[in-house]
Amino acid sequence: MIKKIIIVLLLSVPALGLAAGNNLKLDSVDIDLSDKASLQRGARTFINYCLSCHSAGYMRYNRMGKDLGISDELVSGNLLFAADKIGDLMKAVMPAEDAKKAFGTVPPDLTLVTRSRGPEWFYTYMRSFYRDESSASGWNNVVFPDVAMPHVLYSWQGEQRAIFKEHEGRRVFDRFEVGSSGSMSEEVYTDTMRDLTNFMVYLGEPAKLVRYRIGTYVIIFLLIFLFVAYLLKKEFWKDVH
Amino acid sequence: MQKLLEQSLDWVDARYPVKKVWDEHLAKYYAPKNFNFLYYFGSLALVILVIQIVSGIFLTMHYKPDANMAFASVEYIMRDVEWGWLIRYMHSTGASFFFIVVYMHMYRGLIYGSYRGPRELLWIVGMVIFVTLMAEAFMGYLLPWGNMSYWGAQVIISLFGAIPFIGDWLAEFIRGDFVIADATLNRFFALHVAALPLVLVGLVFAHLVALHKVGSNNPDGIEIKQNKGPDGIPVDGIPFHPYYTVKDIMATVFFLILFAAVMFFVPELGGWFLEHDNFMPANVLQTPPEIVPLWYFTPYYSILRATTTDMIYVLYGVTVAMAILTVISVKDIRAKGATVVVAAVVLVALNILQPKLWGVILMGSSLMVFFGLPWLDRSPVKSIRYRGWMFKTALTIFIVSFFVLGFLGTQPATGLNTRIAMVGTVLYFLFFLLMPWYTTFDKTKPLPERVTE
Ligand code: HEC
Ligand code: HEM
Repeated sequence: MIKKIIIVLLLSVPALGLAAGNNLKLDSVDIDLSDKASLQRGARTFINYCLSCHSAGYMRYNRMGKDLGISDELVSGNLLFAADKIGDLMKAVMPAEDAKKAFGTVPPDLTLVTRSRGPEWFYTYMRSFYRDESSASGWNNVVFPDVAMPHVLYSWQGEQRAIFKEHEGRRVFDRFEVGSSGSMSEEVYTDTMRDLTNFMVYLGEPAKLVRYRIGTYVIIFLLIFLFVAYLLKKEFWKDVH
Repeated sequence: MQKLLEQSLDWVDARYPVKKVWDEHLAKYYAPKNFNFLYYFGSLALVILVIQIVSGIFLTMHYKPDANMAFASVEYIMRDVEWGWLIRYMHSTGASFFFIVVYMHMYRGLIYGSYRGPRELLWIVGMVIFVTLMAEAFMGYLLPWGNMSYWGAQVIISLFGAIPFIGDWLAEFIRGDFVIADATLNRFFALHVAALPLVLVGLVFAHLVALHKVGSNNPDGIEIKQNKGPDGIPVDGIPFHPYYTVKDIMATVFFLILFAAVMFFVPELGGWFLEHDNFMPANVLQTPPEIVPLWYFTPYYSILRATTTDMIYVLYGVTVAMAILTVISVKDIRAKGATVVVAAVVLVALNILQPKLWGVILMGSSLMVFFGLPWLDRSPVKSIRYRGWMFKTALTIFIVSFFVLGFLGTQPATGLNTRIAMVGTVLYFLFFLLMPWYTTFDKTKPLPERVTE
């Protein structure tokens, strides 16, 4: 009886995973780290549009190049604006003091953002900027209210407005309305953000590219070992009655 | 070749008791033949201890115990150190598995009465190991210097501040600063990688010495040493080696499969083994929305948080009820008097001391009561197999309370949650406090002569 309770409780543990952040519904995103092309596209977006303000200060350029199949020459030629050496960490272009002056806060390091806030949060955040004249930057975000970050991909996505409704006395987000369109269609922008999220998941944990494969081999080996150990045990225990 | 080997063994044996130790503790150490799967967890705890020490040594080669570098050095291990991610996940997964294994090991002791004579000291050494392990894990958790590391340590150490007069001084003494800071990180590192592992290894040795002196209990809770054959060997005993060595190897491999499955596929286990907020560096200005310890501490954390002003009234009730029950039950007049005095002191203290301090006291007591088990249990039998419905019911309620408290410890302390945690806390303690009564009145089954299958 007690044994059963424990087993049921143990099995339900992963399902009860501790939720992070607020109660807004986040969009699910399909992460596929084996899709190298997607990771490369995400890397390009990240380096071109985000590194100006944010760091990914635990990651090195050459490591990224190696993992994503981009040669050192290509990385040096096309992606190395913010650093001198290919072995450097990915530091922001804008010095922290300047950023603090401009935005009132230092843009946080993004290396681990998908590990702390989750890929869904990031994916939804990047698609939830809206026009808000009352804020300092002219932008706001439903996932991160009063965010100090402007919508830097505005020229791609265009401008959207958020419609709020009353719900049990509180103002809650209802839906977006398209204002002006950007250079990308909605599908293309969504795909681009999915690639970016994919890259951010890689950035959070490069070992993810290999650990599933290695884990599979290890477990296969252990299963064979278990079989042998079982036979050994059976042989010895034959004479115990 | 064979001869050379034998000769060198003899040479050593003349100077060091190799054969004697081998025989006494393995080849001629007789263990009951009816062990079930719950008896694997002791060996598994040893396996994990080795895993933690070895992975810990490799982490220490690259980790930097400096408030400005610690977080980055862990990410450096995860990315730039060859196989560093594996070593780090081995250690973080190992910490949680250590507690799973140890909890199962203790649960086994609980249901088969392994804490009863002649194994009281073995049980006590085990409890000291458990408390040390908790300190080890608590200090290890500060080292990655994530935001939850920081705030978790902040909350727990500030608890010492609740102690009257010396509290603030003590908290400051532990931290080495007014807040958790570089000094705290440095001393926790020293304790985590050197002092406490040494103590743990020493205690584990003492644990095994005590075990081999009295011999193992078994799922039937009868002493195999009371039934020896003409050769002086317990009839229900089999030599540990080779029987249990091969069986334990099998169990270890099975365990490693589960371990590898978590380590390689879900090392965070949805935030249960590595918390999301700990992927942000420690930030003095940014308190996490909910400060929650890792799962293995949450039952005690729940007890701490459940102790509000309301709980003090519940404690009055429990104290008075327990005092009356004791006074009625004991015969000796001095014992009656002592009970009244103790109850009076507790009632006065409940009036004077703040609820926060009582939270700390109850949290500490929730561990300390385990030390009393050998003397609280009055049943003529040890194993749950021969006990009656009272013990079984009490145990079930206790286990359920433990899990409920554990779960609530991960949740926000809202009004309802705190109420449930209060009930859970009372039930948790009643399992121990009422034990002398329900184990006395419980109807037990007759014990078998020999161990059963
Ligand atoms: C003009 C500078 C700037 C650029 C360019 C920029 N950001 Fe930001 N970002 C900020 C600032 C400032 C904040 C802090 C917001 C706050 O705390 O209110 C921020 C916050 C964030 C956060 C929230 C982090 C957290 O955990 O709180 C994410 C995620 C983020 N940015 C992603 C991006 C991505 C992806 C890009 C590239 C497409 C990008 N940012 C480009 C300035 C910038
Ligand atoms: C004996 C049981 C042990 C337990 C239960 C334990 C537990 C922990 C825990 C919970 C952490 C934080 C997990 C993380 O987020 O990485 C940690 C980190 C660490 N431990 Fe241990 N540990 C043990 C033994 C050791 C030993 C023996 C050493 C060294 C000789 C060691 C060295 C380290 C180091 C350097 C870190 C920080 C690196 C990191 O966070 O990844 N540990 N430990």
